[in-house]
Amino acid sequence: MNTTQLPAPVANADSRPYWDAVKDQKLLIRKCSDCGELHFMPRYLCPFCWSDKLEWVQSKGAGSVHSYTVIRRAPVQTFATRVPYVIALIELDEGPRMMANVLGEDALDTKIGDRVNVIFEDRGEDAKVPQFKRVKA
Amino acid sequence: MKQASSLKNKVAIVGVGESEIGLVPHMTGLGLNAQAAKRALDDAGLKVSDIDGVLTAYSFTEPYFMLGSVLCEYLGLTPRFNASVVVGGATPAVMLKHAAEAIVSGQAETILVCAGENRATGVTRDAAVAALMAVGHPYFEQPYGTSIPGFYAMIAQRHMHVYGTTREQMAQVAVNTRTHALLHPNAHMKKPLSAEQVLSAKPIADPLGMLDCCLISDAGGAFIVTSAERACDLQSKPVYLQGIGEHHTHEHLMCAPSLTEFGVTESGRIAYKMAGLGPQDIDVAELYDCFTIVPIIELEELGFCKPGEGGAFFADGHARIGGRLPVNTHGGMLSHAHAGAAGGLFGIIEAVRQLRGGLENRQVKDAEVALVHNEGGILSSHCTVILANDKG
Repeated sequence: MNTTQLPAPVANADSRPYWDAVKDQKLLIRKCSDCGELHFMPRYLCPFCWSDKLEWVQSKGAGSVHSYTVIRRAPVQTFATRVPYVIALIELDEGPRMMANVLGEDALDTKIGDRVNVIFEDRGEDAKVPQFKRVKA
Repeated sequence: MKQASSLKNKVAIVGVGESEIGLVPHMTGLGLNAQAAKRALDDAGLKVSDIDGVLTAYSFTEPYFMLGSVLCEYLGLTPRFNASVVVGGATPAVMLKHAAEAIVSGQAETILVCAGENRATGVTRDAAVAALMAVGHPYFEQPYGTSIPGFYAMIAQRHMHVYGTTREQMAQVAVNTRTHALLHPNAHMKKPLSAEQVLSAKPIADPLGMLDCCLISDAGGAFIVTSAERACDLQSKPVYLQGIGEHHTHEHLMCAPSLTEFGVTESGRIAYKMAGLGPQDIDVAELYDCFTIVPIIELEELGFCKPGEGGAFFADGHARIGGRLPVNTHGGMLSHAHAGAAGGLFGIIEAVRQLRGGLENRQVKDAEVALVHNEGGILSSHCTVILANDKG
C-alpha cells in the first residue's frame, strides 16, 4: 500500500527534536534533569516535578505490548486502505508508554505482553513515524 | 488539603426534561436544547423569569465559540451566571456541581442546566465519526488511525487480559440496557436485542462490535437546580444532592496512569464521603455506558463489586430492574440516547425520575438513593453524583 497518503507528523515547538530524530530513525524521549523521571509526550516542563530542565535521551526502541486493538472500521477514509490494522499501547523498556501501530505480516497475531521493536515508517517525503514490529519468538 | 465545604442537602433538582429523541431532522441542536429546557421548566412549575443562571456544554454539530451565550441568546435569557463547561461526557454531572456551588455562594438561585445536539441528522455519519476522531491526540495518536472505539477497545482488551472478562459478559451489558430501554417511552431503540446479535454485530475495533458502541442520536436534555429551601415550595417532588465528587487523571489514553484503574474510585470516594453513604446504600445506579466495558469498570471502582467481577454482575442479572442494583434503568447511551453531553445528562434525569417514584413499568421499588456517574474523554474526567428523595 502507498503509505505516503497516510498523515505526516506535525512538529511543533514542544516536539520538533522528536520528529527530527525520527527522520534519522532514532526514538527520543524526555528525561527530567532534576528528578530523573522519563516521560513520553514532549512538553515544556516535567509532569512529575515541574522542573523546566529537561533533556532528550534515546530510547533503545524495545518494549512490550501493554494493550492493543485491531481496527476493523477506519475512522477516516485515509486509513480505510490499511484496515484491518493494529493500534497498540507500547510500554518502552525505559518505562514510558506510547501509542503506535504494530506492523508486519504477523501484526494481526499481536497479543498483550508481546515483545516489540521500533521501526520507522515513511510518511511522505522526508517524514517518518515510529512504529513497532513483533520480535520473532 | 483543605476540605471543600459540603454541598449535601443544599440544592435540589426540581425539574427535568427530554427533547424528542432519535432521528429528529425537523429540529436543530439548539432547538432540541430549547425543547428540553421548556419541558424541564414546565415540570418544575417555574416561570422563565425565575431562571437566573444557565450552564451548558459543547456541540460538535453547532460548534459555536461561546455556546453558553449563544444558548441564552436563543432562549431569550439574560442570566447573572452563565458558562459553557467542557469535560466531555463528565460535563452534565460537573455542571450540576458548578450549579450547586453557584447557588450555595449566592451567585444564582435557579439554574438551567442544558445539553444536546442533533448528532444523528445534523451532520453526516462520516463527519460525526471524523469529528470524534479529534479526541485522539493530534500529534501522537491520530497519525496511527486511532478512533474512540479503538481507545476503549484497548481498555477492554486489558480488562479481559487482567481479569478474564469476556465478550459474552460485555454483550450482556448491551442486552441489559436494551431491556430497560424498551420500558422507556422516549428511548431511541425500540426493538429487543439478544446477546447473539451483539456478538455477531459488525466488528469495529476488537473486541468491540457495533452493538458494544453507544448510539448516535438527536437529543437534548435539561434539568433545573435550585436551593433546597426554594425547592420545598415547588410543584415537583424535590430530589436533593447528597454527594458529588470529581477526579481528572489524563485526557489521552497514551497518558492514562493505568488501563485498569481510573479516576472513578476517587470521584466516588469524594461523593460517598460527602453523602455519608456507601455503595450498600444505593438503590439504583445510572452509569456512563459509551461502550459496554465502561459500566463494568464503573461498577467495580464504585465498590458495587470487586475488581474483575463487573462482567459477571451484568451476566448474572444483578443489574436488571428487580436485581441487586438496577443499572441504567432508562436504557443508557447504548439504547436510550447519546448526543454529546446529553448522554450522561439523561442518567441524571432518570435518577430524578426514579427517586420521585411512580414510573409505570420501570420503577425501581422503594428507590430512595441513586448514584450517577459521568465520565469524559477516554475514562479521563469523572464526576460521581449521589441523589436522594429526602434529606436523609
